[in-house]
Amino acid sequence: MSYLELKRKINSFPTVVWVSSITITILIAIPLIYMTIRAIGAGPETWDLVFRFRTMEIAGRTLALAITVPLLSLGISLPLAWLTTRTDLPFKRTWSVLTVLPLVIPSYIFAYVMIVALSPRGMLQQALASPFGIEQIPSIYGFFGATLSVTAVSYPYLLLPLQASLRGIDPSLEEASHSLGHGTFSTFKKVILPQLRPAIASGALLIALYSLRDFGAVSLMRYETFTFAIYNQYLTPFGGRMIAAALSMILLFIALGLMFAESATRSRAKFYVTAKGSSRKADLVALGRWRWPALAFCGSVVIIFLVLPMYVLGYWALRGISAGETVQVVWSSAVNSIQVSMITAVIVVLAALPIAILTSRFSGRLSQVVEKFTYIGFALPGIVISLSIVFFAVGTFMYQTLGLLIFGYLILFLPLAMGSIRNSLLQINPDIEEASRSLGRTANQTMRSVTIPLSKNGMISGAALVFLVTMKELQATLILSPRNFDTLATSIWHATSEAFFARAAVPALLLILLSSIPMMILLIFGHMRENYEKIGSSL
Amino acid sequence: MAKIKKRTMMGSHAGQTLWAVTVVAMIIGLVTGAYIYVIHDSDSDTLVIYSGRSSELVDEIIKEFERTTGIKAELKYGSTSEIAGMLLEEGRHSPADVFYAQDPGGLGAVEHMLDTLPDDLLEKSPENFRSPQGRWVGISGRARVVVYNTDVLTEVDLPDSIWDFTGAEWRGRIGWAPTNPSFQTMVTAMRSIWGEEKTENWINGIRENDPIAYPRNTPVVRAVAEGEVDVGFVNHYYLFRFLAEEGEGFSARNYHPRGGGPGTTMMISGAGILETSENRENAQQFLKFLLSKQGQEYFAENTFEYPVNEGVETHDMLKPISDIQFPNVSIEEMNDLEGTLALLRRTGVIS
Repeated sequence: MSYLELKRKINSFPTVVWVSSITITILIAIPLIYMTIRAIGAGPETWDLVFRFRTMEIAGRTLALAITVPLLSLGISLPLAWLTTRTDLPFKRTWSVLTVLPLVIPSYIFAYVMIVALSPRGMLQQALASPFGIEQIPSIYGFFGATLSVTAVSYPYLLLPLQASLRGIDPSLEEASHSLGHGTFSTFKKVILPQLRPAIASGALLIALYSLRDFGAVSLMRYETFTFAIYNQYLTPFGGRMIAAALSMILLFIALGLMFAESATRSRAKFYVTAKGSSRKADLVALGRWRWPALAFCGSVVIIFLVLPMYVLGYWALRGISAGETVQVVWSSAVNSIQVSMITAVIVVLAALPIAILTSRFSGRLSQVVEKFTYIGFALPGIVISLSIVFFAVGTFMYQTLGLLIFGYLILFLPLAMGSIRNSLLQINPDIEEASRSLGRTANQTMRSVTIPLSKNGMISGAALVFLVTMKELQATLILSPRNFDTLATSIWHATSEAFFARAAVPALLLILLSSIPMMILLIFGHMRENYEKIGSSL
Repeated sequence: MAKIKKRTMMGSHAGQTLWAVTVVAMIIGLVTGAYIYVIHDSDSDTLVIYSGRSSELVDEIIKEFERTTGIKAELKYGSTSEIAGMLLEEGRHSPADVFYAQDPGGLGAVEHMLDTLPDDLLEKSPENFRSPQGRWVGISGRARVVVYNTDVLTEVDLPDSIWDFTGAEWRGRIGWAPTNPSFQTMVTAMRSIWGEEKTENWINGIRENDPIAYPRNTPVVRAVAEGEVDVGFVNHYYLFRFLAEEGEGFSARNYHPRGGGPGTTMMISGAGILETSENRENAQQFLKFLLSKQGQEYFAENTFEYPVNEGVETHDMLKPISDIQFPNVSIEEMNDLEGTLALLRRTGVIS
């Protein structure tokens, strides 16, 4: 790119986009600065300890999880996304909501429920014991249980962007493929799948990074990853912080490795069509007899990842109440959860938008570095991120305010919104923006009347993701929230940590139910908008 | 042509200003909103308590304190280690007045940030249950026990001392939670009573029996009741939570090793006042309240803990203190968590 071209390109974005992108990028560096300070403070003995300890072993286990979970999630999400967007599957909207909901279940709750249900002497064995005489079932602990639990609470990171991309694909390409004699499967493989590549890569990256930083599931499943080791360091009062920072540094390098692996899968390919026909919805594939296996697939996913946990939670609630436990729902915590999650969803999407616009329109190295940079918060254990914010904010008027908590969420969840928005922007031909400019609209007007409306799908799914994960976030909420501030997630945690199962079950069920309402509204709203807002006609 | 261009540029400029103003207004709105949200009813007399104990355990008694004294309390909950980590990061800027911790390890980690307590407050707790420097005071106790599965074992089958679980007959039958602070406190007691070598032998002996490591006490108790393991090394009071939820049919019970020794160590929850607190009088009142008859009865009746105030009776479901052979370990020796961690790392039990 020549200097003049670059200059022209820079000028094609409003200043506010540049300014806010740079500001946000700088703020995200906070955990890095903190880790560096702590790791330097650690001194040589700490580093000795870090290298003496089974670092390689833990690294191997961590990587194994970070590779298996995304693969398994892809196997679940790809069929689900296609079935719920492109076929005549019955009850599509219901499946869309139900299959995303496992995302709101805190991972330690899911893992605990899995142990109750599937441990060597758990509910399943009890059920099988009398009719079949099965004494013991294979152990769920370790790699298997950790993979299952982490997948359960993270596969929607892939499902949501896949659905958004599938909705955004121009149907004319498929029609061309059909007219050239390709069947449904062959068209999917040759036309649709390649277009989904950015969504798959970025979703899989999010899941891989989430596997790095999950604590609840891996600890209960007794699968020692870096994050598990880091938390255990915080349990040790002396010098633990320094070792934790040193370990976080190593974890960060693993995360960077995964990010560059994802970059390597990106090509210079374009994911938009150059000459758009009229944009309309693709024809739905008639499933015919395949409807039954399709329904069975959706049903099994929902049963394992949503119904089973809700069943165990319901069982706890009823058992406890009938044994005389007093269970009160603290409505203020539900209100707090919803309020803070909604504000966070809006703010995170607004913050992600400028960065997503810049990184999807510049393909240079700098833009890639900036984009990767925003993923840091998502790959590190919540306790490290939160303490880094404490380190910088304590003593200021912001400390222990709602604003700071939301800022913490922003660092943690920015890539969720960014990925979604980026994917939808990659499906827009930048020539449309060029055309708007050449027709006399300013950079601002183009942004408002072209770019932003066209990325609405991505913004909506990004907001949905951020909302759901904020609802269940625990670590940052405990450390950064104002005093006397309880959310559903913290109430569940208080109760489970002291084995008050009935008292944990009620807010956990409420968390799932309340999260599903905005999800339904978003999906229905998104559907309606799609129906009468023809993208092409707005130009 | 030139005219048009000029207009667009002006339009562009105005548009950008509008954007910038919107963004700035939003940020200002957010910050002030957040500020007001917290500031509106705080005043300087409000007591700020950082609690490493779950709200399920202490919320009621704190509400009772507010009602009785008229002092308002603001709470920040977390696990004891998280709160200790937070206090260390906060340093002198910490807004906390009181740190109420689940175990002495957490208090020990921030002991240099705590103020010396007056004698009349310290004396309400037995000497072994408070900081040797007088910086924190024990509030309630939990006994180490062996929890066993009642379908396969009775108390008669269980050995006199926790040492005996190194025997080969216990292979594959033991559950423990080595990263749990209470477990580590028990190992500290072992080092003090048995000496370094015997403790290391115990750890290696248990390790040879392939124990299953759980992240916390609760999963150990559940695993014992379900027969995943036959015995577990835990604190006594989790069992009573399960009994309350699942009824008497729950197939696990506690055993206090009859020969005493480190297997019956008493764990202490305690509280201290931050040196930086500007609210010491109220903070002291809070500690006094927890140690009063009313406070101690609350712990005995509601959380199934052992009161530190000898005038208050323990819950009738618990084995009375007088029937348990508690080891005699001084609090100074119990403070050597660092040595315990070094031992546990050396033996590969924790990383």
